[in-house]
Amino acid sequence: MLPEALKNMFEKPATEGYPANRGDVFPNMRGKLNFEADKCVGCKLCSRDCPTGALTIEKIGDKQFKAVLRLDKCIYCGQCADSCNKSALSCTHEFELASLSQEDLKVEL
Amino acid sequence: MAKVVIPLGPQHPALKEPANFALSLDGERIIGAAVNLGYNHRGIEKACESRTFLQDVYLIERICGICSHSHSTAFINAVEEVAGAPAPKRAQWIRTLVAELERLHSHLLWLGVAGHELGFDTLFMYSWRDRELVLDLLALLTGNRVNYGINKLGGVRRDITKDDVEKIRPVVDALEERTKYYIDLVTTESTLAARMLDVGRLCHEDALTYGASGPVARAAAVDKDTRRDDPYSAYGEIPFDVITDDHADVYGRAVVRVKELLESCKIIRYVMDNLPEGPLEVKFPRKVPAGEAISRYEAPRGEDVHYVKCNGTDMPERVKVRAPTLANAASVALMLQGGFLADVPIVIAAIDPCFSCTDRMVAVKDENSGAEGVMDWESLRRYSIEWYMERGVSFENIQSERDS
Ligand code: SF4
Ligand code: SF4
Repeated sequence: MLPEALKNMFEKPATEGYPANRGDVFPNMRGKLNFEADKCVGCKLCSRDCPTGALTIEKIGDKQFKAVLRLDKCIYCGQCADSCNKSALSCTHEFELASLSQEDLKVEL
Repeated sequence: MAKVVIPLGPQHPALKEPANFALSLDGERIIGAAVNLGYNHRGIEKACESRTFLQDVYLIERICGICSHSHSTAFINAVEEVAGAPAPKRAQWIRTLVAELERLHSHLLWLGVAGHELGFDTLFMYSWRDRELVLDLLALLTGNRVNYGINKLGGVRRDITKDDVEKIRPVVDALEERTKYYIDLVTTESTLAARMLDVGRLCHEDALTYGASGPVARAAAVDKDTRRDDPYSAYGEIPFDVITDDHADVYGRAVVRVKELLESCKIIRYVMDNLPEGPLEVKFPRKVPAGEAISRYEAPRGEDVHYVKCNGTDMPERVKVRAPTLANAASVALMLQGGFLADVPIVIAAIDPCFSCTDRMVAVKDENSGAEGVMDWESLRRYSIEWYMERGVSFENIQSERDS
């Protein structure tokens, strides 16, 4: 135990000074979704497979769609991105999604 | 001296999750114990029936935060069997790799918790620090530290590259070194032994009678491991030893778990060396034909059993989960009997309990009239307020605070 204690005296802290240091995320990480509206054909396979009902696709014009995501419901599983045949949805590395108001958690992608 | 009954839980500093243990005491000695579950029922089995198989995988994964891969693999194995679409070989091997990493982090977590319950917090810090290494590996391979989301029906969602393998190797080597230290610590450190030897005894016969499983059973010399006895994933092709011990007490359970860490390192190395090439998934039908299957899985805490009944639609008709803690809960009462009150936390912790995985719905019956009833949330709340008011606890202040 003594060598361990001595070693720790000279090592840098195990914790990271968030938020100054945001740390690294792993490339496979599934964060907030990214939606490319021009690729979407409105088939809604994504929202049908979503396990939590967090994602809705709404029609806003002729062949134009928008995606509305409830950040509080989403479990960031990436199933919607897997289900989309047109690669319109993808996972980003964005993870700082907390908010004090519920309204802010409903976002248009 | 008169018998005293002490309720331990549902809220108690020594319990990480709500459960209740009614302990009858004679002085410091426990002369009787009853385990009462039912505080944490989430209705996941029922919820599965109204979701598609695809969505159920994510829900099932969330039965447990520690053995999430165990539950999702057990469920998927059952569904794949009914659908007649088993995952390809490479996927099975990747599942095995993640499963063993999960066992590593689960057993390290347990070792820390056990150290903490014994008042040996240095051990807690050591093993949880090492557990971070495993969690980082899991995040590297799957994207998440917990609830990995690597399983999908008919395969896996992420591949393992040569690069990843090179990153895993040194970590596994380091963990193996640490594990040897832990084995040394558990088997030679006299203060640890003094707190664990002959505590929470469950003899071989009782372990069989009460259907104990996992490390609890193996510590009572029950040579039983689903990975070897009824192989799933890639276990049929991987050489490994089943660890048993004959101490039949908390000490034995600790020894079995730390030695299993070494076996897991061995399995992980073998998987990395022999990972077969091939596709990651097969095409899986949305609608699964009618049929039923039971799948058994050796989770870190013991045998996990899933039953799935399909009716030809894209949703299951019935899902049933028997988590390992339910198998071990019955023997806890026995382990506690004859022991000291001060040993209760470590005896309970020694089965590595996971109560929310285990929890069942509880039907409340009137002891005298035998009447049963269902209470909804609102009536339960009203009932509890009245119950306390009858005993002189006033809720007026709380009420006004709430309303203001
Ligand atoms: S699955 Fe893809 S193409 Fe279809 S609605 Fe969703 S985002 Fe659009
Ligand atoms: S990431 Fe998962 S939970 Fe979130 S919107 Fe997509 S499918 Fe739904």
